Amino acid sequence: MRIDADPMHQFKLERLVPLDLAGFDISFTNAALWMAVAVALITGVIWLGANGAKLVPTRTQSVVEMFYGFVRNTVESTIGHDGLKFFPLIFTLFSFILTLNLIGMSPLAFTVTSHLSITGALAILVFAIVLFVGFSKNGIGFFSRFWPAGAPWWIAWLIALIEFISFLIRPFTLAIRLFANMLAGHTMLKVLASFIPLGLAAGGAGLLAALGSTIGVVGVTALEFLVAGLQAYVFTILTCIYLSEVVHDPHH
Amino acid sequence: MEASNDLALMGRFIGAGLACFALLGAAIGVGNIFASYLEGAMRNPSAAASQTGNLFVGAGLAEAAGLFGFVIAIMLLLGIGAQ
Repeated sequence: MRIDADPMHQFKLERLVPLDLAGFDISFTNAALWMAVAVALITGVIWLGANGAKLVPTRTQSVVEMFYGFVRNTVESTIGHDGLKFFPLIFTLFSFILTLNLIGMSPLAFTVTSHLSITGALAILVFAIVLFVGFSKNGIGFFSRFWPAGAPWWIAWLIALIEFISFLIRPFTLAIRLFANMLAGHTMLKVLASFIPLGLAAGGAGLLAALGSTIGVVGVTALEFLVAGLQAYVFTILTCIYLSEVVHDPHH
Repeated sequence: MEASNDLALMGRFIGAGLACFALLGAAIGVGNIFASYLEGAMRNPSAAASQTGNLFVGAGLAEAAGLFGFVIAIMLLLGIGAQ
């Protein structure tokens, strides 16, 4: 049995059902499969909890209610009461990213969010919605938010330029934050895990290294569960913050 | 040419190693954030719970900046864009 010590092999996208649409490769990949599994899981759990909801909640209903209440509180505290029209978007984003991250933690599953294409698509969606809301509310006056109020003219243009560039960088940081966290975590897990058979085969001091690596893998797995939930929450709350900036108009 | 290929490979690997220094900043940044949170929580425990949201947002932002360096290291290791 060849020990696959290459830590990058776990991220390989494979075409399960090759499809072609006018030259575009729209194959059903393993990423698409696990995204479908995530959607089915989310829909199933929420349906199980919310179907036939009673006044005194059952256990599943209670869990779904806590989840719903958590996201609703987040939206309401960041965007405010009239931000609740964005609640379906935020709830979908949070539950989708959280489920994808957690599915990736199980041994045989594929970590979908460790691909820049997937996180990039989500980040582009969020940025497009922010731009759309901003322009539909303020028109061309949207650009006035970059101009610092009360700054002397000879520094204001520089600040406006810096603000503009850091605004444009937002979709990139959103995408890369999630993707890099997942990539780094799973690569580290794979590398640490590959030390165990190598250490056992070496014998002697290698056994000690294998023992240390085992403890390390357990610890890093626990950390990765935390990071999975944390990164989903950070993506969601940053989306809420970006939306709250365009929904409220403190600028002119 | 063979020699320049080897040189390029060496350059890529050295660059990948140097890019990992960015993670030092990430660790220090996240440690800073949690340290200030704990310090504030020790002084004012009742107000600590309200700031856990900000805590995690700040930690996520600081970690991300360091992980950009890691992404560059991975790109160099995998030879993305190399001839």
